[in-house]
Amino acid sequence: MRLAGFYVFAAVVALLPVLFPTNYFVTVVGASAGLHVILAVGLNLLMGYAGQISLGHAAFFGMGAYASAILTTRFGWYSLLALATGLLVAGTVAWLLARPILRLRGHYLAMATLGFGIIVHVVMVQATRWTGGPDGLAGVPPLNLLGWAVEGDLPWYGVIMAAMLLTVWLSLNLVDSQVGRALRAVHGSEFAAQMMGIDIGRAKTQVFVVSALFATFAGSLFAHQQAFVSPDSFNLIVSVELVTMVVLGGMASTFGAACGAIALTLLNEWLVVFEDYEMLIHGALLMVVMIFLPQGLFVGLSQGARRLWAMVPRKP
Amino acid sequence: MLEQFLQFLVTGVTVGSLYALVGLGFALIYNASDVVNFAQGEFVMLGAMTAIALLGAGLPLPLAAIAATLAAILVGLLLERFAIEPAQGASVVTTIIITIGAAIFLRGVALLLWGKDFHALPSFSGDAPIRLGGATVLPQSLWVLGVTVLLVGLVRAFFNRTLLGKALLACSFNRAAAQLVGINVRVMLRLAYGLSAGLGAIAGILIAPITFSSYEAGVMLGLKGFSAAIVGGIGNPMGAVAGGVLLGLLEALGAGLISSGYKDAIAFLFVLMVLFFEPTGLFGHKAAERV
Amino acid sequence: MKNLWQTTLAAVLLCASVSWASAAEPIKIGSVLTVTGPASFLGDPELKTLQMYVEDLNAKGGVKGRKLELIHYDTGGNAKDAVNFVKRLIKNDNVDLIVGGTTTGDTLAVIPDVEKEGIPFISLAGAVEIIEPVKKWVFKTPHTDRMAVAKIYEDLRKRGLTKVAIITGDGGFDKSGREQLLKLAPQYGVTLVADESYGNKDTDMTAQLTKIRSSDAQAIINFGLGQAPAIVTKNIKQLGITLPLYQSHGVASKTFIDLAGDAAEGVRLPAAALVVAEQLPDADPQKPVLLAYKNKYEAKHGPVSTFGGHAYDGLMIAVAAIQRAGGTDKAKVRDEIEKTQGFIGTGGVFNMTPQDHMGLTVDAFKLVEIRNGSWKIVQ
Repeated sequence: MRLAGFYVFAAVVALLPVLFPTNYFVTVVGASAGLHVILAVGLNLLMGYAGQISLGHAAFFGMGAYASAILTTRFGWYSLLALATGLLVAGTVAWLLARPILRLRGHYLAMATLGFGIIVHVVMVQATRWTGGPDGLAGVPPLNLLGWAVEGDLPWYGVIMAAMLLTVWLSLNLVDSQVGRALRAVHGSEFAAQMMGIDIGRAKTQVFVVSALFATFAGSLFAHQQAFVSPDSFNLIVSVELVTMVVLGGMASTFGAACGAIALTLLNEWLVVFEDYEMLIHGALLMVVMIFLPQGLFVGLSQGARRLWAMVPRKP
Repeated sequence: MLEQFLQFLVTGVTVGSLYALVGLGFALIYNASDVVNFAQGEFVMLGAMTAIALLGAGLPLPLAAIAATLAAILVGLLLERFAIEPAQGASVVTTIIITIGAAIFLRGVALLLWGKDFHALPSFSGDAPIRLGGATVLPQSLWVLGVTVLLVGLVRAFFNRTLLGKALLACSFNRAAAQLVGINVRVMLRLAYGLSAGLGAIAGILIAPITFSSYEAGVMLGLKGFSAAIVGGIGNPMGAVAGGVLLGLLEALGAGLISSGYKDAIAFLFVLMVLFFEPTGLFGHKAAERV
Repeated sequence: MKNLWQTTLAAVLLCASVSWASAAEPIKIGSVLTVTGPASFLGDPELKTLQMYVEDLNAKGGVKGRKLELIHYDTGGNAKDAVNFVKRLIKNDNVDLIVGGTTTGDTLAVIPDVEKEGIPFISLAGAVEIIEPVKKWVFKTPHTDRMAVAKIYEDLRKRGLTKVAIITGDGGFDKSGREQLLKLAPQYGVTLVADESYGNKDTDMTAQLTKIRSSDAQAIINFGLGQAPAIVTKNIKQLGITLPLYQSHGVASKTFIDLAGDAAEGVRLPAAALVVAEQLPDADPQKPVLLAYKNKYEAKHGPVSTFGGHAYDGLMIAVAAIQRAGGTDKAKVRDEIEKTQGFIGTGGVFNMTPQDHMGLTVDAFKLVEIRNGSWKIVQ
């Protein structure tokens, strides 16, 4: 019963392409949304459960993408091996950074993560020999899953959605584990958590690394799916967008983060028809939602639905 | 070589004073409300763009500048009233997203009003460079420097000398307690937003002749101003100024002595190091955490 | 009586054919442009031009009796969005061909999809990699950055200058220009004595220029877009550097002169003939085309830039190809685009071949100098 929501979600994800196999909004936008869900769910572990903000999460996303792109195009590595190497490298970086960076609080932490994101971005732009510079690297070969080359929109939808469901499932379980409970205690009050004998440093480091790994994983998939990487997919704006997804959907809820990721992906796709009015509407919507549903779309709307349900007169 | 180094220093200080002016606005709002206002850069842009538009409409420069500042103050007040006030009590991250939303919204408005082109404001006192030893500096940079010093002095005096300033400070230390001693917190908040919007607009008008302006100009300046405010220790106006100048110097020296391509990375690496050793910035309060 | 019948029949047939023609599917032209973001000053005039001429062609009855429909999306300069929107154009909007891709980054990112789906694609971006090596479905109308660099180096050779300092931004256009500067230098006997860069949103480049000042450069070349080249130009004057300054074709718009002000005097750059249309000799076959475009654009949107001209060239080449192909069959249209010969556009005279999917020569560029706030052709 604990995972009932998950099964419903999985069923919807699996049914959509059966019903609309050629619809652009299902296959292409859906795959984009799936990647965003992985990123947002990972970031939510850090933000929602451990209460640590990160304005540099796109850096890990980018590290995964560039690791896969560089190793497969320049060195001809097998794509799964490149993916694993990316995870290893980004995981190590996250682990090394975690201790000093997570000692910081609130806006100082925001600043430090933001600085980290900018440094990584500058390297992507400037290290032209490896990264291809601002125009990026083209011709990334398709993902090779034990002999099956993933190509085309529908196969990609399948692969990304499978990966997404895996991460959502992992996240749901992680939250209910001992680590998850420790994290929530840290979020509530670090001081109190420490008193109860929780090793705060360790709990925070673990979640930071896991969160970074989710993003790196998404990055590797992204590089193969687009067959192309360039620095502007991993800049500060993307980091801010990821934070927005988590908050918009509802922090400290895996489905909230997923909901925010999907909502923002669709929003960008819909608003484009408004041309010059796009920014205005985008900004206004963000403000209105956050003012009236400060707990996020998912939490706010599900509470609203429950209240409505309670108001429905029932037969005795 | 010495001459070169002197030019790097001059460049660093002039760029740094831009960052300092923007950072000051961040510190002001944070002081009053514990909110980091990510739309601060947009106030800078609004000031510059409004002044440029009014000048284009035939107003003399001083009048255009004053009107633009007033317009930005009005926007600041509206922002506080209709976006920040209704979200009282929301978490820090929620307010951050609200101000980010406001920033995008204001950019959208500017785009519709003034299009996508870059615009320049004429320099206040010509473009003839002034020699300082072996280095040269534009008269406009001296304007920026001078006004920064003046505003910093005023802000400092405001917080230290005036009752209003002290009341504003009290709100940031403890809002409930401030209310109890009879401070109208709501009015104080509006005051803070109005003031920092005005500061931002003045910054924008001063730097528009040097850096030009467009509807997106606030993004970069907001980022640098935020960094300045944090490095200095958020909530400390003097810290923000010091942070801004430090950041400017780092960029100029990084570009001049190490590598111009990596100068931003160098500057932010230094910022990270500062934070690792001084987790509350260079001049921040060493506040005890509330349990 | 017989006559009446014949007339009626003819009238009915005529009506039917007219209504059939107007009910015919419109020709769908897709476009992905950078209308917002750092390269908006490129994408904005491109979009305005496309909209203006699609409207114009429709007012004249469309192409082959079919109306044109423009479907466009703004990438904001993000290559990821460009990829998604090109997929949307192909799969969701079923467009017949694509004009656009404002920046090199956007264009390179979408090429794999364009090639896989097989749809004619005319890019509006500069870099030479877009058409070299030749890709079956990909064409472009703007001059390449290699041609711009060649034009600048030719002028340096004429003036006998060999030691050059370059300063470039951190965008795609800048970096690709820098590559060409490095690559072509030996051919023209040019030595690069300084190679500096800056961030495109930087507000001050005096540190980099101070280093250049202390080198033994005889000229400075700046490759960049947007406001940064204007700041470089002003900073050079501020530092009292009197070396000749060359800019790229990326600043060939009135905005640059407005922003840089007096400091822009004497700056030289390669530019399409559009900015100096009035100064061309009357015998120049390009002159009427340039003036017509310029007047039409300026009547509606203010000062013309060469970037909108690239969109005009792209759209007109596409329309001509559809006319020759007699429809919108993608393979036929592609073949006809490749056969474009002697098309007089704003960028020059286009002669495409299976080996050359742009069809312009270095002569299409004019070297211009800024004098009294306006462009003058350097003889």
